[in-house]
Amino acid sequence: MPVTNAAEARRAKPDWPAVRLHVVTGKGGTGKTTVAGALALALAAGGKRPGDRRVLLVEVEGRQGLAQLFDAEPVAYEERRVAVTPDGGEVWAQSLDAEQALLEYLDMFYKLGPAARALRRFGAIDFATTIAPGIRDVLLTGKTCEAVRRRASHTHSGHGHGSHGHDRSQQAGDRVFDYDAVVMDAPPTGRITRFLNVNSEVSGLARVGPIRNQADAVMRVLTSAQTAVHFVTLLEEMPVQETLDGFAELREAGLPAGGVIVNQARPVVLPEDRLKKAAQPGGLDPAELEAGLAPVGLADPEVVEALSELATEHAQRVLLEAGQREELSATEAPIYELPLLTDGVDRVGLDQLAGQLRRQGAA
Amino acid sequence: MSGGRVNRDGVNQGSVNQDSADAAGAEDTVKHLDLDGLLDSPETRIVVCCGSGGVGKTTTAAAFALRAAERGRDVVVLTIDPARRLAQSLGLTELDNTPREVAGIDRSKGGRLHAMMLDMKRTFDEIVLDHADPQRAEQILANPFYQSLSASFAGTQEYMAMEKLGQLRSRGEWDLIVVDTPPSRSALDFLDAPERLGSFLDGRLIRILSAPAKVGGMGAFKLLTGGVGLVTGALGKILGSNLLGEVQSFVAALDTMFGGFRERAERTYQLLQTEGTAFVVVAAPEPDALREASYFTRRLATDKMPLAGLVLNRVHRPQADITAERALAAAEELTNGKAAKRAARKSGNGAGAGAGNGAANGRAAGNGAEPPLSAQEEAQAAQLAAALLRLHAERVVQSRRERRLTGRFLASHPGIAMLELPAQAEDIHDLDGLREIIARSA
Repeated sequence: MPVTNAAEARRAKPDWPAVRLHVVTGKGGTGKTTVAGALALALAAGGKRPGDRRVLLVEVEGRQGLAQLFDAEPVAYEERRVAVTPDGGEVWAQSLDAEQALLEYLDMFYKLGPAARALRRFGAIDFATTIAPGIRDVLLTGKTCEAVRRRASHTHSGHGHGSHGHDRSQQAGDRVFDYDAVVMDAPPTGRITRFLNVNSEVSGLARVGPIRNQADAVMRVLTSAQTAVHFVTLLEEMPVQETLDGFAELREAGLPAGGVIVNQARPVVLPEDRLKKAAQPGGLDPAELEAGLAPVGLADPEVVEALSELATEHAQRVLLEAGQREELSATEAPIYELPLLTDGVDRVGLDQLAGQLRRQGAA
Repeated sequence: MSGGRVNRDGVNQGSVNQDSADAAGAEDTVKHLDLDGLLDSPETRIVVCCGSGGVGKTTTAAAFALRAAERGRDVVVLTIDPARRLAQSLGLTELDNTPREVAGIDRSKGGRLHAMMLDMKRTFDEIVLDHADPQRAEQILANPFYQSLSASFAGTQEYMAMEKLGQLRSRGEWDLIVVDTPPSRSALDFLDAPERLGSFLDGRLIRILSAPAKVGGMGAFKLLTGGVGLVTGALGKILGSNLLGEVQSFVAALDTMFGGFRERAERTYQLLQTEGTAFVVVAAPEPDALREASYFTRRLATDKMPLAGLVLNRVHRPQADITAERALAAAEELTNGKAAKRAARKSGNGAGAGAGNGAANGRAAGNGAEPPLSAQEEAQAAQLAAALLRLHAERVVQSRRERRLTGRFLASHPGIAMLELPAQAEDIHDLDGLREIIARSA
């Protein structure tokens, strides 16, 4: 596959070789789910043989964003393959559901037959998974960490993982873990630290007991070098501010901060000396623009005016973005930039973004 | 087309804009949202701005409130999580959960604007303080379960936004309340979460949990009849018995204090169904945001809640009437075509010859009466024009996509009124910006 090889040749050294759990957060509207999908594709690429690399993409907010992203059937609680990279790497997806995770967990540890039914009837499952603070988060992060740690040769009797739909033992070979990496499409920036910091979240409530043990096990994975939390942002004031706040909170909580992924970055089309002029309304010389347009028969005053306005908008935006980029450097994290796909994100677009992430060393 | 002559006919021939022709059919039938009519009508008492996260709800709410106040109404705007600089421009420097008057607005029509930022924990605390005797209130506020619930339950923010709306309404000090909704992924959360929290706090499970605390030995009796012991036993196993104990004491304290959390939620919910309320669904012309807007629009219809219309925020429109194809072809011609090659040749031959000629000498090059631009200047001008034409082509493509997505939304919601707000080059963070965005569209 010459295309892939060429892409691989240009690839930067990956920044996160030890990381197996990539948590992707971002303010609403920044394209967090899209970036998580692209990152999963990027991490799945680069194997020597088809099936060499396998990545699990996990969603925890139950909105079926992954299914829409890959234009696939609704993603269920069971892991399912949703995409294959050009070199045969696999992306699997899973939509985590706290209620199902809790029932599975109860079944595993307590063999609660009739009691589980009673719990459900009285709204206790609903209570524990949607209302009791922190418990939902422990269940969702717990389930994700389980996928991170799961060994390739491990058989999952009684875990409800029997239906993976493919025979992994044949391919297992030298594979240590079931998945080479797990990417989580996580809750938004404003809630991410609380979501991941399950330990402190339940500590006031559950000082001992099974929830506490589960929380401790989750924290061992989340605070280790195996985990990195990446922030998706646009080069706009509010998402950038939230990213800076998010980094600070995350570090304060002792959780491993990853990179900043700038999404929808606009290409700069004007040379620097023009930008400053163009940023002022009417800053470009209309005569010059008219002369430039003349050879193609477009030197019309209306066109000149419209393009001047466009230039001003573009220049203001570029300068604003430059300022925000500067702000982001305060995170001292690696910054990756993904271009705006003006025609929307489809699979081709996702592959393009994945290629960018690999070239820049995010995967 | 020869030399630098302007061919004005060429402009017209090349500029039949297929994109606007395509969309025209759909847009002709779209009802324009009469924002001023809505904001001016004394019958409009509450405007709720809802939509998924990141579409500009807060800005829209603030801009509507400002517009209404400057048109003469006495307005309060409840914001949830404004950007810092926007908050500052509204005078929201401290988070004290009380409306503050906004300075710097035009009061010539007799209107006023107050603004506040929701503090959900404080709002919850205030409910407790208002309804319990001091000793019991203190007990509740100190309960760890209460502390977690009031600070982090996913629905608390929505519930408290509703609660605050009810409070503002019952104070009766304003004749228009504009509400921003919490930044959840789903717009429906605003409607559903209060009900969920209300029914939980007032529900069966809570009664079961509070039973042992209230009637002592009854728990053992109920075990035989209703499986209550099973439930508390299992919950104890999962949560740990001290958490269960805290939930129980929280519930017991709450229960005797005020019956009917659900009733409160229902009352506010009903307020949203009254005539004076208008919902405005805010969306960006993106698939996710429009899908959420679609769910929400259907839900409002189901629940008989009055929808004023859709605000389509951050819309891109091409300013020039040139198709993407034409613009790209022209840009290509300017970079690699005959004209570009000629210019390159010229600038190669007479290097520096025209360097002294400023652009001023070459003004209005098109009409041929004045000295032409130097070759180098001509090449630069062509580059500039090509860059802007490519930018324009991109804008046309983006606009085409936005129209397609919007058209699909409108087709499945016939008759919905719409207001488009243009994408801004810069973030809005002052009153002028808020004023202008509406002035350009309403």
